[in-house]
Amino acid sequence: MTAAQTNRLKTGGLIDRSKPLNFRFDNVQMTGFAGDTLASALVSNGVKLVGRSFKYHRPRGIMTAGPEEPNAMVELRTGARREPNTKATTAELYEGLEAQSQNRWPSLRHDVMAVNSLFSPIFVAGFYYKTFMWPARFWEKLYEPAIRRAAGLGRAAGEADPDQYDKAWAHCDVLIAGGGPAGLSAALAAGRAGARVLLCEEDNLLGGRLLSDGGAIDDMPALDWAAKARAELDAMPDVRIMTRTCVTGVFDGGTYSALEKVNDHVAAPPPHHVRQRLWRIVAKRCIVAMGAVERPIVFPGNDIPGVMMASAMRSYISRFAAAPARKIALFTNNDDGWKTVELALRAGLTIAAVVDARDTSGEAQHAIAARNGFAVLNGVVDEVIGGKDGVEKVRIALAGGARAEVEADGVAVSGGWNPAVGLTSHHNGRPKWREDIAAFVPDACPAGMLVAGSANGEFALASCLKTGFAAGKAAAAQSGHDGRAGSPPKADEEAFSLKPLWHVAGKGKAFVDLQHDVTASDVALAQREGFESVEHLKRYTTLGMATDQGKNSNVTGLAIMAEITGRSIAETGTTIYRPPHVPIAIGALAGHHRDENFHSTRLTPSHHWAKQQGAVFVDTGLWKRAQWYPKPGEKDWLQSVSREVRAVRSGVGFCDVSTLGKIDVHGADAGAFLDRVYINTFSNLAIGKARYGLMLREDGLVYDDGTTSRLADDHFFLTTTTAKAGLVMQHLEFCRQVLFPELDVQLTSVTDQWAQFSIAGPKTRELLQKIADPSEDLSNEGFPFMAARAVQLGGGLRARLFRISFSGEMAFEISVPARYGEAMASNLMLAGREFGITPYGTEALGVMRIEKGHVAGPELNGTTTAGDLGLGKMMSTKKDFIGRVMAGREALAAPDRQVVVGVKALDKIRRLRSGAHIIPKGRTPSPETDQGYVTSVCFSPMLEQWIGLALVERGRERWGETVFAHDPLRGEDYDLEICSPVFYDPEGVRQRG
Amino acid sequence: MRISCPFCGPRELGEFTCLGDAALRRPKPGMPDMESAFLDYVYLRDNAAGAMSEHWYHGGGCRAWLKVSRNTLTHEIRSVEAAAGAGARRGAPT
Repeated sequence: MTAAQTNRLKTGGLIDRSKPLNFRFDNVQMTGFAGDTLASALVSNGVKLVGRSFKYHRPRGIMTAGPEEPNAMVELRTGARREPNTKATTAELYEGLEAQSQNRWPSLRHDVMAVNSLFSPIFVAGFYYKTFMWPARFWEKLYEPAIRRAAGLGRAAGEADPDQYDKAWAHCDVLIAGGGPAGLSAALAAGRAGARVLLCEEDNLLGGRLLSDGGAIDDMPALDWAAKARAELDAMPDVRIMTRTCVTGVFDGGTYSALEKVNDHVAAPPPHHVRQRLWRIVAKRCIVAMGAVERPIVFPGNDIPGVMMASAMRSYISRFAAAPARKIALFTNNDDGWKTVELALRAGLTIAAVVDARDTSGEAQHAIAARNGFAVLNGVVDEVIGGKDGVEKVRIALAGGARAEVEADGVAVSGGWNPAVGLTSHHNGRPKWREDIAAFVPDACPAGMLVAGSANGEFALASCLKTGFAAGKAAAAQSGHDGRAGSPPKADEEAFSLKPLWHVAGKGKAFVDLQHDVTASDVALAQREGFESVEHLKRYTTLGMATDQGKNSNVTGLAIMAEITGRSIAETGTTIYRPPHVPIAIGALAGHHRDENFHSTRLTPSHHWAKQQGAVFVDTGLWKRAQWYPKPGEKDWLQSVSREVRAVRSGVGFCDVSTLGKIDVHGADAGAFLDRVYINTFSNLAIGKARYGLMLREDGLVYDDGTTSRLADDHFFLTTTTAKAGLVMQHLEFCRQVLFPELDVQLTSVTDQWAQFSIAGPKTRELLQKIADPSEDLSNEGFPFMAARAVQLGGGLRARLFRISFSGEMAFEISVPARYGEAMASNLMLAGREFGITPYGTEALGVMRIEKGHVAGPELNGTTTAGDLGLGKMMSTKKDFIGRVMAGREALAAPDRQVVVGVKALDKIRRLRSGAHIIPKGRTPSPETDQGYVTSVCFSPMLEQWIGLALVERGRERWGETVFAHDPLRGEDYDLEICSPVFYDPEGVRQRG
Repeated sequence: MRISCPFCGPRELGEFTCLGDAALRRPKPGMPDMESAFLDYVYLRDNAAGAMSEHWYHGGGCRAWLKVSRNTLTHEIRSVEAAAGAGARRGAPT
């Protein structure tokens, strides 16, 4: 199917008729021109019906020409780029555009859900709360899916977004939100004064209402003035203009967010270009010049296609040269609405009648009417008769009580203007009601914000220019720039009169919020049921909660509520305005932080080597660590891990432990400092020795552990767990800078500077002797257990060697500069071939530490004391240290605390699981009988059974006792024996050998 | 929101971590009634609505601990100074 541009006006418009564009709407081939929006192209193709409403599935047409559009939402694009709920009024037309209408089935014209309209009594305000309460289990299975099908908006693509999004910072003196007459005028003043100016305009063109309403500025056509202003601004080096960019939020300290739609106006972004960019803008001053939104008058039938805001009608006629109707009835309560008449007549369209709610219209207006043969009726529209193509007849209640009827195919409505106060209220400010102009205007703006033009209730063009200029000059001066700004642009003064009119009662549905199908009677119902406050009204009826956030319905809704309750509008007040001012795609908020770039990844120095070996990696925080190294023929992880453990315990293996936090502690008071942060003493540690240390939090619970070595009198090398590396650094800096500033000590994070490997197993020494310089004495006497010192490797590389053991085997940890990490791994493999060297991963590391009863993360879990871990004796009584006083509290030293023990299953082939609860034998599991839980488990290749560590009440007194393991999560119950946590080599002979 | 680090200049909030009340003083070991003094120090906090002095850590920058005077109602920052042991005495550049 194809359609023609039957409603395109012969001349005029800011469209490029030399550039026709093909597009499809609901699979019908159409054409438009460059400069069109999808909405204006649909208007020019005579499309009146663009969607079905949310609840009642009523036919809906285009109502506005901007971001406040409630009806004309489409699924734009196809496939992975399909984007639901896109406003046709802001979507720029491009070649090949594809759009589908929403919320209809099987087609827009024949929608089976339109029967909802017949059941409308049950779809009134609060119907979710009232109707689907019982039975509760029906909600998930029946009600919710049914409602979601019936009431809804567009479909998400359901595929990964193929486009890139960016985030960026910008800094300026003066940020101007809005590029209409007030914004341009402000930019001229601020720019000429010498300020760094950033002007953001949501539209693709500057000019705001000038693009639609024309007028004259400085004795030239308004658009010529706008072009001249733009040229002047473009020539200023410190002024930047960003179109297609909407300021969306105000944050602390003069920070603003803005969404730049970089490539939404083309089918797909060019290669390597982003689709959208989310800006964070830091500005000394911000001028809000976002204009105003024309507000509707609510009357029965006000949602019939063809009923349109008067200003939107002018936009289509004037900016886009597209006629939404041929015979227009204007329903207005103010002078501004009358502008539509002149524009429509000039475009060759017919005015059916002007219905003016005010008692009198001006003489000039009556003269125009007489000249052009239409009637001016003082009264209100109280019924619209629609046919299959929308509006057909308009019925009017005249001021005197008589009735009238006119034929028309379009109704232009103007109920006045609502200043765009959103941004000005983002810091919990509330706009104030101005009775004289019947509008909310900004009050108590965020610090550093100025408001100009219509956004401040200055609706006349002359005032926009004047106040914009003044704001620009003031903002520049306040940010330290007071160059010559010259004089403000000028336009003719114009009269403005308005008689507030919100709602015309009558038969049939009169919609307040068209996107959420909230009617005037829903507002009345909410009031009858006690939901009078605007916040309650909003939540009970969902008024203003749709994607348009009530830009053209909120004020009307609360005004109707004020009418019903007899309170003033000022007393009724507005709901809270929150960012974002316009919807922001999640993709833009995420920017590049998605998929593998969701967070940064840290690779160990031997990562690429381990990858070549076929290692399986595990995420530990940001790190990727080798978990195990599968060999051909191994059928599962357990087989690989058990092989690695046996290889270490019988020969030699190595593991990259560079992820441990490493901190160099320098200074004359380094030892004294460590004494204050560890529970045990380090100031008496001999040079060349390492010691295990435990830190508490100030509340007395265990914080972290690690080995710290003394390399010189004033130099210690401290290690932390992988998980707490950053936090321990922060904690130590706090101790150093805030708690103990008198100490002469400095901390340096060297985690990334050193590649560190644990080399373990009975053949470790032989292997090390092969790679170390022959002059290094690595014998048990020359390098005993817990020794630590710098050594020279064969070839001259300096390394640090620590004789410490996590595995319980004879073991060393060796540190080399990180850039040698990968070479170190290869060399260990080469040198260790004759010893059967085996790289091992974090799983084997874990198995060996459980076999040895060494505590780790699952036991250092923020609830345990040093005593709970069996390390109570390490607590020095001769010095102050972080956590000492609070660790002495009664409950932290109680004898019935849960302490670390070993557990093994009585049934030797049973697999243990951490998390199982420990219940005394013969008792029923309950919170009262719960005595602890299993923290770590592994299959021990040495014991050939599953073993574990557990935290158990009075556990150390209970070795040998059989208890009951209760695991309701996995539905497992079995018997466990409590035992010593040291399963393997309890005397520690091997690590000292 | 930005904090003017005395070492790095005005930097974005994401680089900092807030610890809380900077008016707290760690009790001296051996002082009388030490246990209750530590209980206050560890657990008791004023929930100030208005001006407050807080410790902030510039972990995404120079690792200095800062004393920031901030209004908790408006987030306005009055002053920033480095902690006693951070290595600088002068106020923050703006």
